[in-house]
Amino acid sequence: MEDIDAIAALQDPVRRRLYEYVAGQGREVGRNEAAEATGVARTLAAHHLDKLAAAGLLESGSRRLTGRSGPGAGRPAKVYTRSRAERSVSLPARDYRTAAELLAEAAEEAGLDDGLCAAARRRGEALRGSAEPCDDLDAARELLAARGYEPHIEDAEDAEARVLRMRNCPFHAVAERFPPLVCGMNLALLEGLIGADGAVRARMDARPGECCVIIEPSKNNID
Amino acid sequence: MTSAAPAAHLAELNLAKLRHPLDDPRIEPFVELLNPVNAAADGAPGFVWRLVEEGAPDATAMRPAGENVIVTMSVWETPEALWEFTYRSGHLEVMRRRREWFDRHVEAYLVLWWVPAGHIPTVDEALERLADLRANGPSPRAFTFASTYTAADSLRTDAVPTA
Repeated sequence: MEDIDAIAALQDPVRRRLYEYVAGQGREVGRNEAAEATGVARTLAAHHLDKLAAAGLLESGSRRLTGRSGPGAGRPAKVYTRSRAERSVSLPARDYRTAAELLAEAAEEAGLDDGLCAAARRRGEALRGSAEPCDDLDAARELLAARGYEPHIEDAEDAEARVLRMRNCPFHAVAERFPPLVCGMNLALLEGLIGADGAVRARMDARPGECCVIIEPSKNNID
Repeated sequence: MTSAAPAAHLAELNLAKLRHPLDDPRIEPFVELLNPVNAAADGAPGFVWRLVEEGAPDATAMRPAGENVIVTMSVWETPEALWEFTYRSGHLEVMRRRREWFDRHVEAYLVLWWVPAGHIPTVDEALERLADLRANGPSPRAFTFASTYTAADSLRTDAVPTA
């Protein structure tokens, strides 16, 4: 399916709500849960979820939601997660990804990490403009959501230990090919955006399947 | 041989040329990261083995590739497992700061190759694979993350020694 057709599948408002709900969970979601969360009937939700899977926007699998296995555990239920595949449309056709990869390759070969990070930090600061540095995790979440990072606050038993993690890396394709260079650039960009002397700070804490950076209260490290 | 396709593991050798001696204060932040990062490797999914010097927690004192060149060598169940550890764990922070501590490489410094499961590669074997990569470019015998080959590719070209 062409990217433009896949994106067109999101035009239906019910389908869009279902997609956004599943994408926002960062885990497998069953039909009942998706239907309840978006307030539509289960059969309608199932229909639209399967359309989204057919369009390649969601991936589907089956799992026993009871957590039991073996005979008597019940029939596996169909579950959905957001597809890792990337969709984009530019009209007229432009190919910024190839440009980004070539620039990253040249920067990597020449060892230009410092210059790239300095430029990224300046860009982050420019994006923040005259706004004060973020003063808490909620403010940072709002800022990062607007930039497509899909942030979520990870609760800890100790409220002071709460951190902000991000499900999406806006630079995913290039970051996978040149991780230290591009992840370093991303960290510098976020440092500039969040602000260096505020109540929260960005730090690298890479994990599988997430953005490599977290945002945490600055005092975590001053103690 | 009872199995048509013996299980294969992925071996890795990495060279890093120190900008200053390991006991120099400028290298201290790197030295502080060694133990936690090695512990993370040991506990990472798909980790099989890593090179350590006898009686030491790591291989930083072994200098088979030059006086100021430290080596890491390890074996993993899959390329994905090695990739996830290298770039999606605390190890990424070491990579991000690599220019502070290590000289930029002109030649290839990382080589990957397939070994039969259970085979522990020797340092000489690893250096041969790196020499192969440097001389011939990526092939099923010696490759990189940017140009990976499957264990089946390696078997077809007889690149995997029998254990």
